[in-house]
Amino acid sequence: MEDAPIEDGENHKDIDVAPALISVHPAQESVAVTVGSELRVFDLHGGGSAVSLVDDSHGPFHKDSIRAIRYGANGKVFVSAGDDKLVKIWSTESWHCICTVSSEKRVTAVALSNDGLHVCFADKFGVVWVVDLDSVDSNQALVNKKAVQMLAHYCSIITSLEFSPDGRFIVSADRDFKIRVTVFPKKPLDGAHEIQSFCLGHTEFVSCLAFVSTSEYPQGFLVSGSGDSTVRLWNISSGSLLDTCEVEVKAGLLESNRRGEECNSAITDLCTIPDCTMIAVAIQSLQGIVLLSCDLSARTLSIAKVVSIMGETFIPTSSRASFSAGLLWMVAGVSNLRGFDHPSLARVRIISGFNKSNLDPQEFEPIVLEDNEIPGGYKLLEKLQGSVAVEEKVFLAAAEAVKTAMSNLLVKKQYSVEKREFRKRTRNDRKTKQ
Amino acid sequence: MLETKASPNISKSTGLPRKRFYRARAHSNPLSDSHFPVPISPSHVDYSLHYPHVFLPSSDQNDSSKKIQFADIGCGFGGLLISLSTLFPETLMIGMELRDKVTEYVKERILALRVANPGQYQNISVTRTNSMKYIPNYFEKGQLSKMFFLFPDPHFKEKNHRRRVISTHLLDEYAYALGVGGIIYTITDVEELGEWMKACLESHPMFEALTEKELEADPVVELLSSATEEGQKVARNGGQTFRAVYRRIMPPL
Ligand SMILES: C[S@@+](CC[C@H](N)C(=O)[O-])C[C@H]1O[C@@H](n2cnc3c(N)ncnc32)[C@H](O)[C@@H]1O
Repeated sequence: MEDAPIEDGENHKDIDVAPALISVHPAQESVAVTVGSELRVFDLHGGGSAVSLVDDSHGPFHKDSIRAIRYGANGKVFVSAGDDKLVKIWSTESWHCICTVSSEKRVTAVALSNDGLHVCFADKFGVVWVVDLDSVDSNQALVNKKAVQMLAHYCSIITSLEFSPDGRFIVSADRDFKIRVTVFPKKPLDGAHEIQSFCLGHTEFVSCLAFVSTSEYPQGFLVSGSGDSTVRLWNISSGSLLDTCEVEVKAGLLESNRRGEECNSAITDLCTIPDCTMIAVAIQSLQGIVLLSCDLSARTLSIAKVVSIMGETFIPTSSRASFSAGLLWMVAGVSNLRGFDHPSLARVRIISGFNKSNLDPQEFEPIVLEDNEIPGGYKLLEKLQGSVAVEEKVFLAAAEAVKTAMSNLLVKKQYSVEKREFRKRTRNDRKTKQ
Repeated sequence: MLETKASPNISKSTGLPRKRFYRARAHSNPLSDSHFPVPISPSHVDYSLHYPHVFLPSSDQNDSSKKIQFADIGCGFGGLLISLSTLFPETLMIGMELRDKVTEYVKERILALRVANPGQYQNISVTRTNSMKYIPNYFEKGQLSKMFFLFPDPHFKEKNHRRRVISTHLLDEYAYALGVGGIIYTITDVEELGEWMKACLESHPMFEALTEKELEADPVVELLSSATEEGQKVARNGGQTFRAVYRRIMPPL
């Protein structure tokens, strides 16, 4: 029997297009942006400086599109991984690659345990792997580590991986509309077998996960975004759905946003800020972000504000908040764009005003920073965006390409009956005894 | 789901569906994308379609707290469900089957039995689904008390082992769907698969083997090799069977 090509997506040409990603050090000591296989890091110490990465293992750092990046909770390590089936662990002090782990399949998501001792990553076949960092010393030379399987979603693409704020659970989301909450065991290398709950309710692929937590609710609440264009709030201990926010409808985006397409715009990214109940939501085709506010005692989600980015085409592909300075860092960009002079591009923008003091969504006044106002200034932009100035229409094409790639990868194919029959007829596994 | 209507595929003499009209490919690929409806969550499973006598539509007298407790995974032509139906008349059971024609056959078979035996066979039903992907969509945590895996497809080749319906990762999901004390029954005529299923169960922290005594006392055990079509075929050919029956236990702290 042949494997159905859809299950792993490796046969798709279009998905080579990868959205740009951004991640900010928890204490805003550095910022990392990826575009395709390129990892760009800017150090914000002092006046700021571009970082040169050092990796003694192989030639280029990554050989194919990077799909997931993340800083550890304590900021000491940084992890990057993606289509080249490599997971690289970097010391954020020296920016040396201290460990490269090989994966059997392309990597789609990474997470670090809150104590910093384990790196977990998910692959295109739905398996979550774990590596222990015990013996990895940030000042030591490269160590080669092996990952072991910890849990699996049967043959689904895992889109997001997140630890609960108290570290008790690891949460994984997939293309089959499913979110699984698993007890993170004392010995993760022996596997994570105890499923706490499934959070079921989305009616399309789940694209992103995040936790909202405050000192009052330290265990936090899970929020998820999906291709069904909703953001949902969950109780992870029971798996029950607490609230659903139809972001496009509620934010009044449907009119201006929908250019005759019948399908809803997917939620592409969620970003929460520790100790803050605000959630930044990136949506396909929206120039800017929607801020949701989460009422943790009433367990509801509501639209706080739509922050539009004027004056240029900016549809964020990834956003991460840096809470120390009340900033939300966003990137819009893509790699491997066909038919343009600049196949890769990235644009970084920042929204300020996420200080804890003005938590009240009514009074909250977000400000989109001008390029000369951002930390690191033009030097940072030059490093993270690359030096080329890019035309408007390229950004539009980039947003379109990211959208197409996402739906090719994650939206279930709806074959007509005839097509399905044709696919069946042309399979090479028909020599079955009747 | 199980609506009553005359069908040309039903035998006039016995009133039961004729198997030859429901031949299908011997194996389906459990990995390929699905084209059948999947309930969004267990609360979306429409019990009144599956068990219309137990859950009368638009009636308040429903015993609506009743839930499915037995699941026959890869039920094939449904022989086990039919035997269990009268053995546990108060228990709701469902067969899960990937092949659509086979599922249709089981549906017709149950309907015909309901007609021929008024008041009976109201507690069994069947659904077309890929059990490897959608168990959590059908059952809440701890809802099931028995799960059956009788004569599953062997998938001999090493690279196809991940298609096996018993694996360490899938056992995590079965352990979720089974309540503590619930029992998982497996049987096969393929020695290698029998070893594999036993090894997966043995090494899983949330399952323990039933003792010989417990196996003898359990009336279901003897059905494993005799109730299903596959079991009967193996018996006819004098084949050996390999059984592994395990109980869901609390995970060690
Ligand atoms: C060899 S038959 C055994 C049938 C029955 N249990 C018996 O003993 O006669 C295995 C059955 O499992 C079904 N099956 C295989 N993979 C499945 C899956 N992922 N979900 C549901 N059914 C599946 C096949 O279609 C087939 O009918």
